[in-house]
Amino acid sequence: MHLANYLGYLHKAELHLAKAFREVGEGHAAEADIYHACNTLAQQCKAHAGKLGPFVERYGEEAPAEPDRLYHELFGGTRSGGLGLLRDLQDLYLMANACDISWTMIGQAGQGVRDEDLLEVVDSCEGQTATQIKWLKTRMKQAAPQALLVAS
Amino acid sequence: MTDRIANPWGERTPFGMDGEWPVRVDRFLENGVSEDDVDRWVQTASILHSNGDALDIAVKDGRIVGVRGRGVDRVNKGRVDPKDLFGWQANNSEDRLRRPLVRKGGELVEASWDEAMDKIVDRSKALLAEKGPLSMGFYTTGQLFLEEYYTLGVIGKAGLGTPHMDGNTRLCTATAGQALKETFGTDGQPGSYADIDHADAILHFGHNMAETQAVTWMRVLDRLAGPNPPRLVVVDPRPTPVTRAATVHLAVKSGTNVALLNAFLHEIIENGLFNEEYVRAHTIGFDELKQTVAECTPEWAAEVCGVEADDIRVAARILGESERLLSTALQGVYQSHQATAAACQINNLHLLRGMLGRPGCGVLQFNGQPTAQNTRETGADGDLPGFRNWDNKEHVQELADLWKVDRIKIPHWAPPTHAMQIWRYAEQGSIEFLWISGTNPAVSLPELHRIRDILKQENLFVVVQDIFLTETARLADVVLPAATWGEKTGTYTNTDRTVHLSEAAVSPPGEAKHDLDIFLEYAERMDLKDNDGEPLIKWRHPEEAFEAWKECTRGRPCDYTGITYEKLRGGSGVQWPCNDEHPDGTERLYADGDFNTRTEDCETYGHDLLTGAVNTENDHRAMKPAGRAFLKAAAYTPPHEEPGEEYPFRLNTGRTIYHFHTRTKTARAPQLQNAAPDVWVEIHPSDAEALGVEEGDVVRVESPRGRLEAKARICWIREGVVFAPFHYGYFDEPGKDSPDDHPRAANELTITEWDPVSKQPLFKAGAVKVTKLTNVNGGPAPAPTTTASAPVTDVYVPETVGGKDAEVVESVGGE
Repeated sequence: MHLANYLGYLHKAELHLAKAFREVGEGHAAEADIYHACNTLAQQCKAHAGKLGPFVERYGEEAPAEPDRLYHELFGGTRSGGLGLLRDLQDLYLMANACDISWTMIGQAGQGVRDEDLLEVVDSCEGQTATQIKWLKTRMKQAAPQALLVAS
Repeated sequence: MTDRIANPWGERTPFGMDGEWPVRVDRFLENGVSEDDVDRWVQTASILHSNGDALDIAVKDGRIVGVRGRGVDRVNKGRVDPKDLFGWQANNSEDRLRRPLVRKGGELVEASWDEAMDKIVDRSKALLAEKGPLSMGFYTTGQLFLEEYYTLGVIGKAGLGTPHMDGNTRLCTATAGQALKETFGTDGQPGSYADIDHADAILHFGHNMAETQAVTWMRVLDRLAGPNPPRLVVVDPRPTPVTRAATVHLAVKSGTNVALLNAFLHEIIENGLFNEEYVRAHTIGFDELKQTVAECTPEWAAEVCGVEADDIRVAARILGESERLLSTALQGVYQSHQATAAACQINNLHLLRGMLGRPGCGVLQFNGQPTAQNTRETGADGDLPGFRNWDNKEHVQELADLWKVDRIKIPHWAPPTHAMQIWRYAEQGSIEFLWISGTNPAVSLPELHRIRDILKQENLFVVVQDIFLTETARLADVVLPAATWGEKTGTYTNTDRTVHLSEAAVSPPGEAKHDLDIFLEYAERMDLKDNDGEPLIKWRHPEEAFEAWKECTRGRPCDYTGITYEKLRGGSGVQWPCNDEHPDGTERLYADGDFNTRTEDCETYGHDLLTGAVNTENDHRAMKPAGRAFLKAAAYTPPHEEPGEEYPFRLNTGRTIYHFHTRTKTARAPQLQNAAPDVWVEIHPSDAEALGVEEGDVVRVESPRGRLEAKARICWIREGVVFAPFHYGYFDEPGKDSPDDHPRAANELTITEWDPVSKQPLFKAGAVKVTKLTNVNGGPAPAPTTTASAPVTDVYVPETVGGKDAEVVESVGGE
């Protein structure tokens, strides 16, 4: 049974995403909306990881190294300026998508083992992850023309 | 005769439920002028608040000499707000701008129109060639006329192609518009002021109507004085004339509106007081809403909001058992944390109860400024005109066809750039041209030291179009002198969709030009053309602009096609939609429970209320709204900046009845200025005692962003909250634009933060500390005693009066 592997992956990925949201928020604090939204979403990710806790105990956690790699490859500290913001949001976007697809996979497995508790957690979290992605896309679409065409 | 400074609402004309609100014509003429001396009366409407009161201007020897209300008008039936009774005197001020100014060697010096316009056009053309339209931004107001906004919008969107257009309406009305879009599919106020005549309960949420829409408050007062008065539920952390009239007053902690509203909804659902059939037929989202408010008991909300659970329960009963419920909201909702989320819950209250579109059953998400509605309609706030959806290609194509430009010219790749983002781009240097018309951001935006720094930036070319040398104009590169209300013709629309005509009564001073003419001249000098090689802007006069605008609204919810200038002359204002189907306008929207939520029609596909994430067209389609309204749910989240050890008080900012915006006009009307001559800070007696502060002591209020010094008014504001009016800047101070000696603008303190959905800044948020500076030396605080700033009763403070100079004739029944 490899559910433990995916649980470990997602648990770690959510914690990394929380950290990354917080770093991007701090790094771009002059963008007031980025600062507050990133902090809110960092808390959400942390809560997601917390909700996975009991299942990590139930199924065991085989934490693979991939989320670490993803985090470190994408995230060597925040960048500055309009383009930097766009790139940082894009990294968050990729990391959030890694979480998103993991929620889907865990939801599939949860149905397979008929674990109602796990399905409830998936149900309450995967929508939030989807909204995180939607927010990132919204904000990036807004920022892109200015950052790519006129920012110095 | 009534002293309308001492008694701002005048004499009562009581009436009962479903009765006619009696006519009372208010009249004020300058000293020494009698009615017989008046050469002519010229029709207009109020420009100093959003109520839309219809007035006539008295003209004698080419000068404005007074005003009187228009008894025939549906909005005010002759009554006039104190600001309008006296504010017109600003038109005649000696210090009006009369010639353009340009900056030379660091100083603003007089110039010809040619020189000033050349500078603007040269800079525009150079930037367009070098960097493109994204380097240009426009920041307008809520006080120009519809025709001017529409013209500006077409110039920006189809001429230059910039998405960076917004108004200061972002500060006052953005949440009202956004909440209406989120719930009902498009902007557009469901209710009518006349709902006051029929309601048996009224909810005033974060809305000190007595001071912000004084004439509509007179209507409520007249109902309260008559038989079968409505019950009032009032939510406000300050004691206001409205809270004093309340059946239940909930003085919540600022930043907790959603918690209280969710408790109301919880009680209504829990006690089965909602209209199940209406909810099933006309809404979507009930299950999620029910789940979201499931735990929001009155006890829970009492803890969060700092009010009594029993009071919440009583209020919820009134709202839940009322047979005709009217709700109104204003800045207590819109300028707080979770603004759109809270405003949507007020809409939800009415959807749950099925109370829309019938006499007495309405929602009025009020506007802050007189023509704010028109920035939302015409797209001067960045939205697409006619409540079109920027994300709907068909809607963009309609505009492209109307304006004869390519669709790709019209920015529609993302939501329009909101004001705070425009300023941020300017700060970062990617916007290098900012044209500010009819507003004073150097006093009205949050965190003023930052705004001043941006305006002073070397690489930012600032154009200011105004009627006085405001704090903002002093920092401009080019200043254009404009005509104002009473000197130009055009239309504007109030909160309840009533369109009024305002005609030129007198000529503008010196070389000042009509705002419309300024925009037209810019378009011409910029050589803006359509695809046929014809001038992009095809109108020269206000009425032609209005006719062009009508075409833009054809078939849209704000349909103006049945309105003409002629129709607006002489009689009452007319409520849109007004078209072949509704030739006399439409009093209430959504009587049939059919909302503008079809994917093809709606103005937005909707947002996530927590983050502001935008739904896609497919998201919207998948929800299958099909004419049903959205019950959008939101869980309460605490504000981001809460009081703590260093900054222990909550800051609240707002208005007084005697002033408008940054006092550019009202400070020049002696009756108004004398009633509230300088800034003050309101504080609760027990907080004052702890600080050793007495009435009139000078205190310093500090936030992490700046400081304010003012005399303290000790009053029954909520404990732990301090309030400062935002009207006061520096133009009439010795140091002029410098806050160094006497920082008195409330926005020195406010935070740079905005609602994630409406992008409205949070002027009623943030933490501050208060320290006493000096003992009383010059008497009590300069705060009015007649209004929310009334002092506690055990301290002697002279009453606010206007005396002989403020005496107004009030003729009940007309004449």
